[in-house]
Amino acid sequence: MTQAATVETRPARRASRITPVSVFLWALRIAILAIILYGSYLSISSGRLSAAQWRDLFVFGISTGSMYALIALGYTMVYGVLRFINFAHGEVFMVGAMMAFYVANALAVTPLWTSSPAVSLLIVLVAAMFTSTAIAVIIERIAYRPLRGAPRLIPLITSIGASFTIQYLVRGLVGPATKSFPRMEPLRGTFEFGGFVILKTQLVVIVAALVMMGGLYLFVEKTRTGKSMRAVAEDPETAALMGINVDRTIVNVFAIGGAMAGVAGALWGLVFPSINFFSGFLPGIKAFTSAVLGGIGNIVGAMLGGVSLGIFESVGPSLVLAGYEIPAFSQLKDVVAYAALVLVLIFRPTGILGERLAQERT
Amino acid sequence: MVLVAATGMVATFQPRLVIDPIVPLGILFLYLLAFAFGWMAGQPPATLEGYEPATAGSRNVLAGALAGLLGGLCLGLLLIAITVFDLRGVFINMSPELAEILGFGLPVAAAVFVIAVASAFMGALGAGVHLLSRRVRRALIGALTAVIVFSVLTDLFGQLFAGLSLEPVIDFLYTGRGGALTIIGSVVIFGAFIVLFWWMEGRDSTLRQRVQAMPKGQRSRWQIGAALIILVILYFVPRIMGPFVSQILVTAGIYLLMALGLNIVVGYAGLLDLGYVAFFAVGAYTTAILTSPQSPAFNPEISVLASLPFVMVAAAIAGILVATPVIRMRGDYLAIVTLGFGEIARILLNSEWLAPVFGGAQGITNIPDLQIGPLTFSTPQDYFYPIFLFVLLAAYVTFALQKSRWGRAWMAMREDESVAEAMGVNIVTAKLSAFVVGAILASFGGSLFAAQIGSVFPHTFDIVVSITVLVIIIVGGMGSVPGVTLGALVLIVLPNLLREFSEYQFLFYGVLLIVMMLKRPEGFIPSKRRAQELHTEELSQDAWLEIYGEKGQAEQVPEGAV
Repeated sequence: MTQAATVETRPARRASRITPVSVFLWALRIAILAIILYGSYLSISSGRLSAAQWRDLFVFGISTGSMYALIALGYTMVYGVLRFINFAHGEVFMVGAMMAFYVANALAVTPLWTSSPAVSLLIVLVAAMFTSTAIAVIIERIAYRPLRGAPRLIPLITSIGASFTIQYLVRGLVGPATKSFPRMEPLRGTFEFGGFVILKTQLVVIVAALVMMGGLYLFVEKTRTGKSMRAVAEDPETAALMGINVDRTIVNVFAIGGAMAGVAGALWGLVFPSINFFSGFLPGIKAFTSAVLGGIGNIVGAMLGGVSLGIFESVGPSLVLAGYEIPAFSQLKDVVAYAALVLVLIFRPTGILGERLAQERT
Repeated sequence: MVLVAATGMVATFQPRLVIDPIVPLGILFLYLLAFAFGWMAGQPPATLEGYEPATAGSRNVLAGALAGLLGGLCLGLLLIAITVFDLRGVFINMSPELAEILGFGLPVAAAVFVIAVASAFMGALGAGVHLLSRRVRRALIGALTAVIVFSVLTDLFGQLFAGLSLEPVIDFLYTGRGGALTIIGSVVIFGAFIVLFWWMEGRDSTLRQRVQAMPKGQRSRWQIGAALIILVILYFVPRIMGPFVSQILVTAGIYLLMALGLNIVVGYAGLLDLGYVAFFAVGAYTTAILTSPQSPAFNPEISVLASLPFVMVAAAIAGILVATPVIRMRGDYLAIVTLGFGEIARILLNSEWLAPVFGGAQGITNIPDLQIGPLTFSTPQDYFYPIFLFVLLAAYVTFALQKSRWGRAWMAMREDESVAEAMGVNIVTAKLSAFVVGAILASFGGSLFAAQIGSVFPHTFDIVVSITVLVIIIVGGMGSVPGVTLGALVLIVLPNLLREFSEYQFLFYGVLLIVMMLKRPEGFIPSKRRAQELHTEELSQDAWLEIYGEKGQAEQVPEGAV
């Protein structure tokens, strides 16, 4: 899904010219780096948190991050193929989580929930997956397909509209109240692994996310459909000339992205057991950040980016902000995510693995 | 239709009667949808040159009826589902009351039949409209719209007639003040508007031609005269309308101010800013901190008017701060990053950390009223005037900038950044200036907002404000001042006048965004150049593709008939 190495010369040449803006940006970079390093030094030397607590934060970061990674796959794949940010993807995730909630709720009163939790979890996952897939495909059909070839801001604005529509449609359908997921008894308690204490729910999330991502990777690399996706991402017109059905491939991309978001939605319910119509927004933005962090358009990058963002977000506030003795620093957790987004785009718009896309026009 | 019913809109709208005993809004809305499906399905397809254009006939009506029937059947299924299963656990709005409303109180089987027939009929009507001549069509639809508008905006008209001391008119048309239309009233309105539209046909364009044909001196005299008349009317608006409507107008004015600012950033410079509310917050908080004796940090306690220069400086700084990092970023990234900035601003305002300056979640209260010399502005009616003044100023700035060097640089940048740069446009200055001008306009809006409300709270500066402003400029027409004005009036005033509507405000905004982008990306009152840009492909197709009537492609499948 990586894009062919395109014109790389233009930005490099420009950097050699010293402008006030570039001076400002460099000063900003150095200042931010200094702030982060000094803050970390302060909080580590203060010894406020024990090693075990840091490890807990780390594990929590990985489990949240793997969900971000799953959602980020949808952003990155759609971007790879259509070159636009599907703003409504966070809502696809939310719908999946909603569906998971209702299915789990219905199952929670049956004996299946306690007798074979694995099966019921699987049912929940599959239901969420199908719902999200269906929503993603419907959005593509109604809102995006008629806009192929339109100026690039137009699909973006449409996706904002789609996002709002889904949010408030869900609000109208199921009400604005926050719903809480039923607990799964066998998933209570912890699990030890090489000095790391892992909550069982976190373990399930990490394993499920790994399986999904591994499956997706194999799918994209090995199957015919995956191959056609990569071809369309590379160059839609040429792909069409080679006999690939571009429209169908795009639908496939949306469907797979939706399925991943649906799984993430169901898993989300295990870790953060409360959900309302607005809960797709923040994870959506964070997943987008992950996609950018890893290099947008790059599947492996999205996975890496998701996990790193999760770790930044859980470790960052206690590491950097606590060092400056900022009161109630956990309130600023989301600022870390947004700041990470802004900083990545300033420092390294290519992301960890991607090419220079933020500045280049296609 | 099912979605509309299931989201509870019908049930919420139902108590509102359009025409007193017979037509409730909920059902009307539902069947208007069937009408719209029929209209879409019955639309004559675009014709190719050299082919005989298909004559509109019974086929179209049939298509419309089918579309309506489909919608009606889905609705019937919903009705059955509601009555047979209890779905309230999941879908809170699928209550027995909804079933009662949908089924007209009939038994289920009969009700499904009635619904199907009724929607098919509405669909056929919708398609049948295409068969009428343009003049008849316009008159009929215009008059129907007028009846609905009169009835739905009963508060507004009630206030208007009461303000003009024409109470008898209210008693004649409505069942009391704020009530629904009476049957006689609606017939009278319908008749009057049919006559009006019939008479208007063709005359509006002749008038415009006559004005255009006038010699230059006479034309500008006419224009000044018209402007004066409008000003005089506007002067009396808040007095006649009373505090309720004035408050809504004031809100609309503040949004309009923001929309004019965003219009420069998005419409002219093509930089999609989704964190625009941050600048609004900068204005509101600067005023609050400088003027309120309750603000925690420092208390110069200057007047609101004296704070405006500081607001301007703060907004300019904020604009530069946001713009500098994003200068080298391309469109969609810019959108996300600005969104991030907006959210960062809100979270910081809300945080404990900065509470010593911004008051945290408690906000800042006790902001004094705006004072200019001996005049104190306290009621919504008073605030109408300064806000109107600022809007005029903003509109003037927009017009002036459009023709200026800056404006041309922005538009060149919007069309193609690289080419603009190659032509000697300084991209850095152009982007910075667009952000700064936009930020200043929004911050004035924020400042007036703070003074008018008297307090600021962080949760006011939510992302939905940014999106609302965006919807305004997109619906009205990006880059066009009259369009933005219309957008602000319709999108802010309507939901506020229709209290039942406000719950679904954002749903409508979302749908509106999608529909506008699909069908009319240039907005309702587009700027000429923008429309050309967006339709270059169509224009080149038009050379050999004759699309008769309005420029609409055929909608073969009634989408959304689910």
